[in-house]
Amino acid sequence: MKSHVWRPLYVVIAIIAGLLLFREFYVPDTFGSGEYGFMYSYHNLENQEVWKNQPLKYQDTGKQKMHEYCGECHGDVVDIRTEDLHGIIPCENCHGPALEHPDEPELLVVNRERGVCLRCHTLLPYTTSERKRIPGINPNEHNVDEACVDCHDPHNPRLEDM
Amino acid sequence: MKRRDFLKNTIVAIAGASVPLSALEFIDPQEVLAANPDIHWAFLINTHTCVGCGFCVKACKTENDIPFEANVSRTWVERYVFTKDDRRYIDSPKAALYGFTDSKVDLGEHLGFKDIEPENVGKAFFVPKLCNHCEAPACTQVCPVGATYKTDDGIVLIDRSWCIGCGYCVMACPFGARFFHPVHNVVDKCTFCYHRITKDLETACVNACPFGARKMCNIRDINDPITKIILNDRVGVLKDEFGTKPQAFYIGLATEVR
Amino acid sequence: MVEHAMHVHGELWTVKELFVLPNEYVYWSIQIVMYPFMTGLVAGAFVLSSLYHVFGVKQLKEIARFSLVFSFALLPVAMMPLLLHLQQPLRGIHVMMTPHFTSAISAFGIVFMTYAFIVASELWFEYRRHFVVTSQSLAAKPDRSGIDNFRMLLFKTLTLGATDISPEAVEKDHKAVKRLAALGIPVACFLHGYAGFIFGSVKANALWMTPLMPVIFICSAVVSGIALCIFCYVVTMEIRKFMAKRKISRWAKDQNAPSLEELQSAEDQEIKIVSNYLLYFMIAAITLEILDLIFRGYTQVKSWDILREVIMERDFTKIFIMQYAIGNVLPFLLMVLPGRTVRRTTIATLLVMFGVFMMRWNVVIGGQAFSLSFSGFMHYHLPIVPRDWETFREGLGGALLVMATPFVLFWFLNKIFPAFLKEEEVH
Repeated sequence: MKSHVWRPLYVVIAIIAGLLLFREFYVPDTFGSGEYGFMYSYHNLENQEVWKNQPLKYQDTGKQKMHEYCGECHGDVVDIRTEDLHGIIPCENCHGPALEHPDEPELLVVNRERGVCLRCHTLLPYTTSERKRIPGINPNEHNVDEACVDCHDPHNPRLEDM
Repeated sequence: MKRRDFLKNTIVAIAGASVPLSALEFIDPQEVLAANPDIHWAFLINTHTCVGCGFCVKACKTENDIPFEANVSRTWVERYVFTKDDRRYIDSPKAALYGFTDSKVDLGEHLGFKDIEPENVGKAFFVPKLCNHCEAPACTQVCPVGATYKTDDGIVLIDRSWCIGCGYCVMACPFGARFFHPVHNVVDKCTFCYHRITKDLETACVNACPFGARKMCNIRDINDPITKIILNDRVGVLKDEFGTKPQAFYIGLATEVR
Repeated sequence: MVEHAMHVHGELWTVKELFVLPNEYVYWSIQIVMYPFMTGLVAGAFVLSSLYHVFGVKQLKEIARFSLVFSFALLPVAMMPLLLHLQQPLRGIHVMMTPHFTSAISAFGIVFMTYAFIVASELWFEYRRHFVVTSQSLAAKPDRSGIDNFRMLLFKTLTLGATDISPEAVEKDHKAVKRLAALGIPVACFLHGYAGFIFGSVKANALWMTPLMPVIFICSAVVSGIALCIFCYVVTMEIRKFMAKRKISRWAKDQNAPSLEELQSAEDQEIKIVSNYLLYFMIAAITLEILDLIFRGYTQVKSWDILREVIMERDFTKIFIMQYAIGNVLPFLLMVLPGRTVRRTTIATLLVMFGVFMMRWNVVIGGQAFSLSFSGFMHYHLPIVPRDWETFREGLGGALLVMATPFVLFWFLNKIFPAFLKEEEVH
């Protein structure tokens, strides 16, 4: 007569087999490792494409390629500002991401809040940082209730041209 | 046997077949360049030119859909202020999403804001931070399900459809780069804007920086000017002691920056 | 700049002080305190039951069977805090589907399953005769009710068709139990040791990273497991004594039911032996913990400045008063001072469990009390009144749920595996 001692083992084997079968259907075939081996790169290889296909929001190439995207239509404005101090600031920092502009949105809303300017022009007494080269004001004292752009031209901030 | 060879052999012996040899070749970047001519992304941050405007944080949050009102960020800027009476103050209000528009330093919810006399300010500077996309990332090593991983071109990504949200990788990261995405409820972190760099565009933060404090390069391209800086200048990395081999290099790194 | 409240995970119960990195929060909260605590109880209860089966400590006969059933009741509860803590609990199965074995957590699926199989098989061998006898006596019953039919079917299934209860077959069961118990000890230790490894291997965390962590976790696991078994054993024995006195339920009709005196002497005997084992493991656990602390203080590496402030100042009460004084020294004295009674031992076991819980708290929460920048602190505020699902599961409610579950499970399991059968009734 067969020994009954092995019966729990049969149950265990059945459960494991069931799990493995379930795994067969559940786990995508694309699981694998890349160049960095199992330790660092075990994953669903298709996921990389998901990240590659995220939508672009900032379209302009910044100052690296001299505002290629924005310059196509707004060349005159780009020309003014690249010569000037604020030429180093990408258009989309203040105008917002272009997204699909000019199709969608048709019009970009410009942020005219003081906060945009204060990012660089708050007076911080840090002589060991590049901040020392940027003119700064105390936001609690300098024309508190007015927008910066009421007096200063953000595209040409030179004080003598005001 | 040279010390380097000895170290290398030891590591190989320990890691066995699970680690490809190419992952161990990172002691001398020059040597790697010759052996591996493809793509490997690296980041260069110049702490001297950063002024703490926070445009990078804003651009990152916009580009990658991290809600502005959520107090987490894929990249952030830290302010370090050392006073002449030998005190050290550090803050990063809202991850510097709106820059540093106050000379008072944020000390947290209990202690409020610290006003520092301008005459008392000694050394002060800004340090941008982001995921270091380490060569031996502790975070991908500890993921129990293979939801976070290193791509062949050196980027550490997270599979949002597979992450179980255990938070082990968040704990394992020595740099605090990881957090839970408030909408997707899975772990999130900087991707070096993978959708941009793979289309020959620069990352949102590099693009937004008016001062050139952030740069990116393919460290295998020896003719890239940024690669040249990393290879030839004296650059440092954060928290070298953890052995994760960060791929974000810093110019002007102070020891107090951790 | 109108901002709507959008809480990120961890923000609700974390208060930051000085400089903490923007993404840092107490991500591992109460459920991760409960996790090693509950697995510790599982492992400890099993080790206690194995003392009888493997090492033949005869006096532990009765408590051994009890701890085996209880450790089975605790098993699902070791997994529960992990599931409650996951941000994507429905994906918990991924740990078994695509295990990434370089992660300590991925071992969970394998080790946990192995352990569960061992305990379940051991229980089966232990109770097989009981299953057979019960199903046969139910089958012989002339007028079966619906419940009787269900029970008969259940017990018949549980026999797995092995109905041979001849002395030879039962002897085989005994042998199998002994083998499985022996195999179970290393697996139980591994189950808990790797829980320690999960923490000890996090190199980014200055408090957690020590190779001592798994060993400390195993020792304190055994301590808490034995303490819980003693406590539950005393409670159930007291209930049975009460019932024997008043002649309730079994004692009303069954002539063979143990008498009050038998129960009393059995209880005294068992508690005496088991509490000695508790003492040995406590000494080992405390020694290792203190060694770790002294070593950190003596070597004073970079992290010591901030660790010292956390350990010696901010968490002083939690570590030195609640964990060491109330949770270790006091119960130790209660047990070693002359004239030890069952009552004193029972109080000591409660304090011991509290001490082990505080140790888990101080490791898990304490390890997140300081920033990775070493320049700031985080305070954890346990959510008491739940506002939503998240504050329930990661708050007091979730913790109490986890604590209550094993007792509910034990109540059900006890119907199938009666923990207090007399020897001749089992085999």
